[in-house]
Amino acid sequence: MEMPKVDPFILAKKATLVARLSEVLPADAVIHDIEETRAYECDALTAYRCPPLAAVLPRNTREVADVLRICHDLGVPVVPRGSGTSLAGGALPTADCVILGVARMNDVLEVDYDDRIIRVQTGRTNLSVTGAVEADGFFYAPDPSSQLACAIAGNIAMNSGGAHCLKYGVTTNNLLGVTIVQMDGTVVEIGGAHMDAAGLDLLGVICGSEGQLGVVTEATLRILPKPEGARPVLIGFDSLEVAGACVADIIKAGVLPVAIEFMDRIIIRIVEDYAHAGYPDCEALLIVEVEGSEAEIDEQLALIEAIARRHDPVELRQSQSSDEAAKIWLGRKSAFGATGRISDYMCLDGTIPVSELPRVLAGITALSQKYGLRVGNVFHAGDGNMHPLIMYDANKPGDLELCEDMGAEILKLCVEVGGCLTGEHGVGIEKRDLMGHQFTAEDMEAQMRVKDVFDPKWLLNPAKVFPLATTQSRRATVA
Amino acid sequence: MGQEGDAVLTPTTEEDLADIVRGANGPLSVRGGGTRGPLPEGEAVTTTGLTGITLYEPGALTIVARAGTPMEEIEAALASENQRLPFEPMDHRVLLGTTGTPTIGGAVAMNVSGPRRVQAGACRDSLIGVRFVDGTGTIVKNGGRVMKNVTGYDLVKLLAGSRGSLGVLTEVSFKVLPSAATEATLVLDGLDVAGAVKAMAAALSSPFEVNAAAHDPQSGKTSLRIEGLEGSVAYRTDALTKVLTPFGTVTSIAGAGSADLWRAVRDGQAVAGEGDIWRVHTRASAAAQVVADAKATASLLDWGGGLVWLRVPEGLDLRARLGPHGAQAIRVRGTGAGALPPEPPALAALTDGIRDRFDPRGLFKAGLAG
Repeated sequence: MEMPKVDPFILAKKATLVARLSEVLPADAVIHDIEETRAYECDALTAYRCPPLAAVLPRNTREVADVLRICHDLGVPVVPRGSGTSLAGGALPTADCVILGVARMNDVLEVDYDDRIIRVQTGRTNLSVTGAVEADGFFYAPDPSSQLACAIAGNIAMNSGGAHCLKYGVTTNNLLGVTIVQMDGTVVEIGGAHMDAAGLDLLGVICGSEGQLGVVTEATLRILPKPEGARPVLIGFDSLEVAGACVADIIKAGVLPVAIEFMDRIIIRIVEDYAHAGYPDCEALLIVEVEGSEAEIDEQLALIEAIARRHDPVELRQSQSSDEAAKIWLGRKSAFGATGRISDYMCLDGTIPVSELPRVLAGITALSQKYGLRVGNVFHAGDGNMHPLIMYDANKPGDLELCEDMGAEILKLCVEVGGCLTGEHGVGIEKRDLMGHQFTAEDMEAQMRVKDVFDPKWLLNPAKVFPLATTQSRRATVA
Repeated sequence: MGQEGDAVLTPTTEEDLADIVRGANGPLSVRGGGTRGPLPEGEAVTTTGLTGITLYEPGALTIVARAGTPMEEIEAALASENQRLPFEPMDHRVLLGTTGTPTIGGAVAMNVSGPRRVQAGACRDSLIGVRFVDGTGTIVKNGGRVMKNVTGYDLVKLLAGSRGSLGVLTEVSFKVLPSAATEATLVLDGLDVAGAVKAMAAALSSPFEVNAAAHDPQSGKTSLRIEGLEGSVAYRTDALTKVLTPFGTVTSIAGAGSADLWRAVRDGQAVAGEGDIWRVHTRASAAAQVVADAKATASLLDWGGGLVWLRVPEGLDLRARLGPHGAQAIRVRGTGAGALPPEPPALAALTDGIRDRFDPRGLFKAGLAG
């Protein structure tokens, strides 16, 4: 993966930089020892590593503004970091950058149940947002698999989704306001506890901008009343195509489940070995979950089961207890981790129109044979968000490159059938060089104009999202 | 104002529209169906030549249409498959006494969102893709036809509600939802605004999936809607009645009566009449204060109080009356104060910077005034 050339003039400023940062932050919040900076050398895309020049851990908006102003003055690029769980390399440093980590900013600032909002510092983890309100019967809806660790800052940067977004939407649909600090230290309040801006919807473009427009320090999030209950049903099929057809039929029938998850045989076996979720051994497994009171759940599941039966499932089983339901979800949510136990893997994230599922699954199988790499499929079928896991051996020379080439072919296929490169993980560095397959130069230019306004010097996370050749002239203004 | 009888340019392709924008020598007065009252100054361009549903896949909950497609055509196509737009867009003709045919592009340009916004999100939340011609005459696409997409920046949201100031929309894509099998509305009578906001908060905080909550201070009626499968609506009607009983006597309205009630709320009927019309976006718990400070001729609360419709005497500067609660007050009809509220300097710098880059010649600026 190509990264910009390290700027020796910036490296030469390290002592000045550290001294100035130490004036505005406590000593333990400025990390510059070469060994200690290694803790920030990568995120969850572990194939790429590079220790930063320094890392800082501010505690509030004012300290973030101070840090950014100093880096802006000195022309030092800044890479914001949530919890470092990005699968796309969104928080990958360069050797001449400062990592700005929000991990120490995890306070709850306000909870208002009448307005159904919570305002938090963005270093707070996704699950602990729900943790702050669940005793009172509320929850925060977006639920990425990494929700135990991932920070709201990263969720906003990548517009994260999760298994339940078929019903509740992704981060952008649950975000009401932010405090954002621009690269020059300007603090801007956008949105708030109300819905929908009168003026331009800047909140909408900040969400998903991968830390390139500013550092979001505080966020106002929509919280929702917890449903009375939820129950998943497992539906197994002996063919991937039939499972795909069943998904489309369920959606067309007018019942909208809260989640429809899909796993193929490879993943079912890996997960079952690890989590003992009680999954049947079959070609394709759907987890369909509905919510409501017991009677409402019965009513919806009766409809869904009737549809499923028309497709001759090899297994059709409702969870009988909350323990069993928890196991079923634990299995699904540990799919990435369980795969990681047995192999190195690359996780893709393309989204396709649901109707193209059979064609794309067949295409992935063919590519798996062509490249000689195993692929497991686990994904959010309700919204067409695929997660092919390509397994490779990091110790085998050339295997990573082979895996990346195959991944690129799969993502191109997703775009070809009307989909996109990434549904919820973000572009980062991982899909950066594929952007030209989805967008014209004019499409990307329109996006980059927005960054030109927020960060005219292109110092914030500059080597991500857009192909380096495309951003060359803009980044060049730095020096 | 655009004059009657002026030639209106009606491009029928995106390329023709791009040519018009590239060749423009002065402000353009871009309109869809023209249902929102006075049109901006400038050379008249309409999107009504860009029509037709280009893709509808019920199994993928996706519809794509050209921007000038009449709203009723979209809604009819969806209804034939028992689906609908989640955000329940209003028809401005009722409130504003205008004529014309609402278009899907117009709804997007204004981020028009009705009562279901409180649960299912705004127009911008259902919008998953746009194509548009920016102020340089360049055709730009963003998003697409899939409902989960974080590839590049989300200009889809930026375009929604931008009032045509960044470009002319040519095609829009939506995530749609199944229509509800049944609906019912629970009504509380005689609450004051503060009491109504409390009752609506209690309903919206219950697990019974209330998807609309409105209060009409004129009639004193507070309405809460439930939709879903028949058994489910029956169950939740009972359960929600128990939640609401502390606030007063609860009556219920089913079927067509319920649908009529929400159509009236959606279209802001309660504030229709002589005078200026405003809408105020506020945190719901401040809605009673907004109504008290506004001293309006007529008012209506939607979105559980998050949206306050107000009718005030002509030329009144409502924002001056509302103070900080008027920060998101939008003038929908009238004169005097600007349609959009002024923004704090740091925010205004970003907004202006983006508008200047998408529309460097200021061709679309006139649209912001109205």
